[in-house]
Amino acid sequence: MSLLQEHGPDAMVVAGGTDLFPNMKRRQFEPRVLVGLRGVRELGGIRGSAREGMTLGALATLTQVSLHPEILTHYPALARAADLVSTPQLRNMGTIGGNVCLDTRCNYYNQSYAWRKAIGFCMKKDGDICLVAPGSPRCVAVSSSDTAPVLWSLGARVRLVGPDGERVIPLPALYRDDGIQYLAKAPEEIVAEIALPPVDGLRATYWKLRRRGSFDFPVLGVAVALRREGEVCREARIVLGAVASQPREAVEAERLLAGERLTPELIDRVAEVAARPSKPLDNTDLVYYYRKRMTRVYVARALRELAGLPVGDWPTAMAGRNHANDEEAR
Amino acid sequence: MRELLTPRVNGDDVQVLAPVHKTLLEVLREELGLTGTKHGCELGECGTCTVLLDGEPVLSCLLLPVECQGREILTVEGMAQAGRLHPLQQSFAELGAAQCGYCTPGILLAAKALLEHNPRPSREAIRVALAGNLCRCTGYTKILDAVELAAARQGR
Repeated sequence: MSLLQEHGPDAMVVAGGTDLFPNMKRRQFEPRVLVGLRGVRELGGIRGSAREGMTLGALATLTQVSLHPEILTHYPALARAADLVSTPQLRNMGTIGGNVCLDTRCNYYNQSYAWRKAIGFCMKKDGDICLVAPGSPRCVAVSSSDTAPVLWSLGARVRLVGPDGERVIPLPALYRDDGIQYLAKAPEEIVAEIALPPVDGLRATYWKLRRRGSFDFPVLGVAVALRREGEVCREARIVLGAVASQPREAVEAERLLAGERLTPELIDRVAEVAARPSKPLDNTDLVYYYRKRMTRVYVARALRELAGLPVGDWPTAMAGRNHANDEEAR
Repeated sequence: MRELLTPRVNGDDVQVLAPVHKTLLEVLREELGLTGTKHGCELGECGTCTVLLDGEPVLSCLLLPVECQGREILTVEGMAQAGRLHPLQQSFAELGAAQCGYCTPGILLAAKALLEHNPRPSREAIRVALAGNLCRCTGYTKILDAVELAAARQGR
């Protein structure tokens, strides 16, 4: 903490390093001081249970999250999202805290220094304008975390620790829809842990769209969480990833579900409404109108999965390790 | 700024004075002469710099050695024991599961970690475990065959 305060904007924290080091090599980040968190024991570990809620230390690796028995059994959407991040090597290094704070991404930003220089730099680093939408007053780089939409849908809270003490905020309050200032926390505050509420009947899933089934950032993520009494939905959350600079909750679509039965007709209507706040731009992999149209498709499939209705063929892009295990179990 | 690093590499306690900003990949290759670990993309995308850290595959291009103090690092040089190839190396050689060979060290180590967790992996489990290792020659089929062969031999 004192190092972060002393060096101010020259300092950055590093946990797994899987986001920070590539960005440093491309000179997207240019810290003069790195504060390594790996030695801070208090930030590690996964504790608790589905009955009383769980606490994920920020340094818990994505592998640990994806394989933790309690999470696999009771928060399977989170295990799946963590499992679908990147590659085995990077999941062994990358942390849940890091994935929640993942830098926003853009085709004009995640490039080498020489590339960015040749095109005149963008406002996120070294430039003045947004090269995706030159009239835009703000950066439109894309939130690309797989776990954040799921944690949002599960009602997670985040404990932040800073020089002036600590505070606990709902996970949605950690984000802002701005590609540069995408985290609503002070730079010297760190995410210390993430708290999951008790499961209490909440069932969730996560669907990820990406180009390659082996590994890729999401170009669309759909997290859906439902709490039902019998056949009737009591509570619904639909959170879209990779469609804005922060995860985006499809509030209007959620309202359609309240007090209703999950029929195929309702699912189609909800999916259509859920796709409205999905406004991808032409700054990630795959064309943006396809990503927009797939929002409807993936919301419908996620809801069908939770309703126990057939979802069609599982896309190869969902072939993570957990899913591979499912295949073997069948 | 240089720092005294004391990782355990391939079973030996190593002491090396290296600049703190060098990655584990650079220290292994340039300070310790262990050039079996390859430089690829250097951005965490290709997997050819894979080493095992306490038995788990990680990317040495994105690790600082100061964070590996006292931990066990295994590189491809540490796979053969007493002049005998590791079963995976043997099966890769027999089946020709290497074309240019540049991705091979990383794949051998990722496969070794897999077989330690799961001695009889399905084809799909092998694919998933090797998802982070790119082969630009695209010789994946023989690579998967070779891991299966090594697993079958170990199972005997």
